[in-house]
Amino acid sequence: MKYQSQKIAYLFFALSVLLLVLQIIYGFIMGLGRLGYDEWFHDFIPFNTARATHTNLLVVWLLSGFMGAAYYIIPEESQRELVSVPLAKIQFYSFALVGVVAVVGYHFNWWEGRKFLEIPRPLDYLVVINVLTFLGLILATLYKGKQRTTTAMVLTMGLVFAALLYLPGMVWFESQTLDSYFRWWVVHLWVEGVWELIMGGILAYLLIKLTGVDREVIEKWLYVIIGLTFISGILGTGHHYYFIGAPRYWLIIGGIFSALEPLAFLGMALFAFSMYRKGGKKHPNTIALYWTLGCAITSFAGAGLLGMAHTLPSVNLWTHGTLVTAMHGHLAFWGAYGMLVLAMISYAMPMMTGRKLYQNSRGQIAFWTANIGMIGMTTALAAAGVAQVYLERRMGMEFMDAQNEISVHFLIMLASASLFAFGIVLYIIDFFKYGRPVDTPSQQVEDSFIAVSE
Amino acid sequence: MFSKKNAQIFFFGGTFLSFAVFIGLSWHSIAYEIPKQTNSAAITEDVVRGKRIWEKNNCMGCHTLLGEGAYYAPELTKVIERRGPEMIKSILKSPTPWGPRGRLMVAYNMSEQDANDVIAFLTWCGNIDLNGFPPKPVLSQPTKN
Ligand code: HEC
Ligand code: HEM
Ligand code: HEM
Ligand SMILES: [Fe+2]
Repeated sequence: MKYQSQKIAYLFFALSVLLLVLQIIYGFIMGLGRLGYDEWFHDFIPFNTARATHTNLLVVWLLSGFMGAAYYIIPEESQRELVSVPLAKIQFYSFALVGVVAVVGYHFNWWEGRKFLEIPRPLDYLVVINVLTFLGLILATLYKGKQRTTTAMVLTMGLVFAALLYLPGMVWFESQTLDSYFRWWVVHLWVEGVWELIMGGILAYLLIKLTGVDREVIEKWLYVIIGLTFISGILGTGHHYYFIGAPRYWLIIGGIFSALEPLAFLGMALFAFSMYRKGGKKHPNTIALYWTLGCAITSFAGAGLLGMAHTLPSVNLWTHGTLVTAMHGHLAFWGAYGMLVLAMISYAMPMMTGRKLYQNSRGQIAFWTANIGMIGMTTALAAAGVAQVYLERRMGMEFMDAQNEISVHFLIMLASASLFAFGIVLYIIDFFKYGRPVDTPSQQVEDSFIAVSE
Repeated sequence: MFSKKNAQIFFFGGTFLSFAVFIGLSWHSIAYEIPKQTNSAAITEDVVRGKRIWEKNNCMGCHTLLGEGAYYAPELTKVIERRGPEMIKSILKSPTPWGPRGRLMVAYNMSEQDANDVIAFLTWCGNIDLNGFPPKPVLSQPTKN
């Protein structure tokens, strides 16, 4: 850590892991609902409340992680302190407050009732002001900085576009079809577009730090990957327009371009691994390296492969809006963005606190149990989803009858989810053992490399 | 050799081109095709009120509509055709949670007017041309009675 103002990232990371825990708790609440053990809480937390809370906490903890990452990375890349730490603190507390008010509101029917965009309108405006403050701080720092690296530019571009794309989600339409049409400008163009820029920027930063590979090489490939992202991802939005009342040509355009989307994730994975092998140096923080490479691989599996599995119109006709979608949603979000945030936190904590907890084995166990648990959850949802498609869609069984047939898979899902949660608890124990950032880290933890004996 | 400059051109050029095509197609869809396919002239005040009620209660947090939403409760695009308005009205007006087969809905205890508005909204949704969704079952069900 070179600049004192980078420490502001700690607040965002702490909020991030805290909300992750809450998200998991609401996941279990839904799981109990699916198994029919919800009679005692159904009146206060019906399934739709739990779901809105679960998915919004997800989005908020990821955004908090991205903001923390930006506050950590941008000063270092532009070689100056953040322009204003007090303003960043205000931005943090107001962000946390809006998040908490939104989630509490869901328990009192205060929401918009549109999947992923449930935040009520008045809070939307606060989000806009908040994000503008955040972007202002980042852009001003970048502008006044000594250098503007490609890594910093790509990360910032991702953040700016993400903010712009929030706006189409705030327009109200009388037609359900148009409502859905523009909901995807937010949801799809975020996760399969601009968030990939954020991902590319953070991954590039981590790879430069962790492998010591030459910046020029990394940054050239970064442009190729984000180019692939937008070329496939923008027209790939069409894979959500197949069956919502939009014209048929989206079946062809959406089918072709979304089938190309996995290329960007494949690029990201190949990029990470070849940089790792080229680096020829070994950073002592192996846990951060695990999460970084894990993110590159798991995003390809969850978004690339499992996305591909249901993106062609002939398949999506049957799987659209079933548990197959939930299966893909979990591994994709976890692999691409969950692991990304955890990688960034794992890298930054030793730098900010001067403690080298990456030398103990808890972090390794956390990594493996969380990931094996998540793969188990995905597999259980896949089995449930495919069975649902056959029973309900192919054979014409009633929805609830089919659900009762597949309930056993939810037992397996919850067992895997427990393993996942165990890994996250270990991760968080480490997080708190690191303690708070210090002014002068007692043990100097810098990016000292251990030379690899070839 | 492929330089960083080429990579940059690939990114900015590709993005601009894709974006332009996407906006063009979206404009064509919204201005010409979607109004026809969704019969937007039939969006009456009842339908709009029904949509508001649908959103205010976050029905999408349990159900899917047009295949979007949650996977906890039945897909509702064709529910009017499947169950008929009378049964749906009694579900919406019920003062106790509806859930004959285990899972519970929220008890909405709706007024006659609200229930009718929701039914108008669902009727409009049911008549959208969805390019073949939901598909008709193709395998025969083993004997069930
Ligand atoms: C807490 C979850 C939940 C919420 C919220 C919810 N529902 Fe339901 N709904 C269910 C469940 C579960 C069933 C199926 C019960 C059964 O068949 O056993 C159902 C059944 C229905 C049915 C009958 C479907 C059929 O095929 O039999 C209709 C119509 C319906 N709901 C409409 C609505 C509307 C309109 C709203 C919003 C005002 C709504 N629901 C909100 C859970 C919910
Ligand atoms: C990190 C990237 C990705 C994330 C986080 C992600 C997440 C999600 C989520 C949460 C949904 C459900 C959305 C909703 O119904 O509101 C969804 C749907 C979908 N995703 Fe992805 N996804 C990613 C990448 C991809 C890719 C690369 C593809 C294609 C190759 C893909 C194909 C699809 C399809 C076809 C659907 C619609 C499913 C349906 O019809 O119900 N996704 N995705
Ligand atoms: C560990 C415990 C978890 C459990 C038990 C759990 C359970 C669930 C359940 C039951 C649903 C609702 C599916 C439905 O509509 O029927 C859901 C939705 C979702 N969860 Fe989780 N979840 C957990 C963790 C996570 C994590 C860690 C992530 C992301 C990193 C995540 C991302 C999502 C997403 C994106 C959706 C929406 C999917 C869609 O709409 O297609 N969940 N979860
Ligand atoms: Fe998508």
